[in-house]
Amino acid sequence: MTTDTQGGAVRARARDAALAAVRGLVLAVAMLPVTVLCLTLTLVSLALVPIGVGVVTTPWILGGVRDVADTRRRLAADWGGVPITSAYRPVPAGANPWRRTLTMLGDRQVRRDLVWLPVDMTAGFVTALLPAVLCLYPFEGFAVAAGLWRVLADGRTYWYGFVPVTDQPTALAAAATASVLLVAAYHLAPRLLTAHFRLTRAFLGADRRELAERVRVLTETRRDAVDTSASELRRIERDLHDGAQARLVAMGMDLGTVETLLDKDPAQARLLLGQARRNSVEALEELRGLVRGIHPPVLAERGLGDAVRALALRLPLPSEVSVELPGRADAPVESAAYFAVSEVLTNAVKHSGADRLWVDLHHAGGTLRITVTDNGGGGAVVGAGSGLAGVERRLGTFDGVLAVSSPVGGPTLVTMELPCALS
Amino acid sequence: MRVVLAEDLFLLRDGLVRLLAAHDFEIVAAVESGPELDRALAELKPDVAVVDVRLPPTHTDEGLQCALRARRERPGLPVLVLSQHVEQLYARELLADGTGAVGYLLKDRVFDAGQFVDAVRRVAAGGTAMDPQVIQQLLSRRAADAHPLGRLTPRELEVLELMAQGRSNAAIAGQLVVTERAIAKHTSNIFAKLGLEVSDDDNRRVLAVLAHLDRGR
Repeated sequence: MTTDTQGGAVRARARDAALAAVRGLVLAVAMLPVTVLCLTLTLVSLALVPIGVGVVTTPWILGGVRDVADTRRRLAADWGGVPITSAYRPVPAGANPWRRTLTMLGDRQVRRDLVWLPVDMTAGFVTALLPAVLCLYPFEGFAVAAGLWRVLADGRTYWYGFVPVTDQPTALAAAATASVLLVAAYHLAPRLLTAHFRLTRAFLGADRRELAERVRVLTETRRDAVDTSASELRRIERDLHDGAQARLVAMGMDLGTVETLLDKDPAQARLLLGQARRNSVEALEELRGLVRGIHPPVLAERGLGDAVRALALRLPLPSEVSVELPGRADAPVESAAYFAVSEVLTNAVKHSGADRLWVDLHHAGGTLRITVTDNGGGGAVVGAGSGLAGVERRLGTFDGVLAVSSPVGGPTLVTMELPCALS
Repeated sequence: MRVVLAEDLFLLRDGLVRLLAAHDFEIVAAVESGPELDRALAELKPDVAVVDVRLPPTHTDEGLQCALRARRERPGLPVLVLSQHVEQLYARELLADGTGAVGYLLKDRVFDAGQFVDAVRRVAAGGTAMDPQVIQQLLSRRAADAHPLGRLTPRELEVLELMAQGRSNAAIAGQLVVTERAIAKHTSNIFAKLGLEVSDDDNRRVLAVLAHLDRGR
């Protein structure tokens, strides 16, 4: 029994080491060309600013750099358990390219991203590659001892690490070194990968000195939130005024007329009574719609998971909802998340041309993560006038973020993350 | 017929008591909270319970939960759930045990006293009373995909809608001003087109249709 559990622990650890090696290899090999490309394009684009072309290309390229950095932030959290926060300044919707370029270049986070690029292609590359090397190199040592030395050290000295291999005994020494390296890999590979992510965090993360930046972001999102809620209240006031309130007035008038007509013209009175009843039904219907827009009853009654399920049932498309929430978030967060999902789903139904939708909600590591996927035509962007920009604003109030992956041809994947605690 | 009523707002509770009493129902208890409803359902063994979804103390879906709990203990206990809003999600939960004797209506439906009382009687007798809004949502969604529903004639859709609400052939015939024979013909056409087995039992027929509409989502 004990050996069983021990064996299990060893296997789990070996798996971790192998996983770290594979992930490190992927990071090093797949990411290097990307970061090199990013840096080259950025430099070229910046060089082209004086002749004007760069003004148009820079925001695009910096956006691309941001996507790359965000991917690395996500990988650091998913693969290394190292959460990396970012504090980008929102780019004003509908701004001209010149202003976008200036805003983005003035953003400290963007500048940190740019400094990170050369660091990642050097120190980052080495630290990512190290776990893989540590895991794979020992096997070469074993192969050398098993007979490969005859080929490699054919008439000259083959260096395995610091061991000069010329004959079988020295080849065995190489194997011994390889064993030491393998043990080291077993113990160190996951830690080395974590070290890589820490390095990434040191450059990509928003650090303490950026508290001032944080305050600025908070001020902006708060202003957005206040603006949004003020315009929401105005809309509700207008809807009540023109809708339910007007219907109740009409109802009151009808009932007053009925009172006077009751004896003189019962038939007419009955007609008006029917009309009053219809008005009351319509008023209730309008109030229901309004309530749904303010705070949906299912959300109050059941929480986010069931509210999203109920929402999905109201869509004209078939959808699958999976929920993994062990508790409930604070009411304002629930509400923000609900309306964000609602907006994204509405967008998908209206614009994607999809015939199926998937929603996934789960909470892990202090973050509520929601993904909405559709099998439509793709090409969705977060930009001026799109519903997704509104979603981004809504989530921003709670330090939430929105990421959209929507290649032309689909599928579209919208990911939303909201830091929150469940109770 | 003995009724337990649960509604937390005094005005509405009072109105419902008067309405039901006027139609010869015996109100054995009119309670205003979840725990009281639990007790009344267990002790008084009513013929039918009329329950508001949202009740104190939690002011969430306490009423619905009480009703579902009571039905788990006494399968087939007739329950008519009333609410300010209807959700397919809740309808599905009420119908999940497949025993029928459930109703789920918007509170507005009380305005038409005749139809409301008819729904209470139908549920008490083991039938079903689903709000037209629930049914419309189910149908509109179905109409959107490639579904056998597309093969129904407009008239058949109309009949299906009323049938899914829980109405009997006679009631549907009355509403659409045609003979019961005509409705029976539509019904068998609908069942054939949807690939459902025909049942003479009104209640089983309704449950089959609802399950069919709700399937695959």
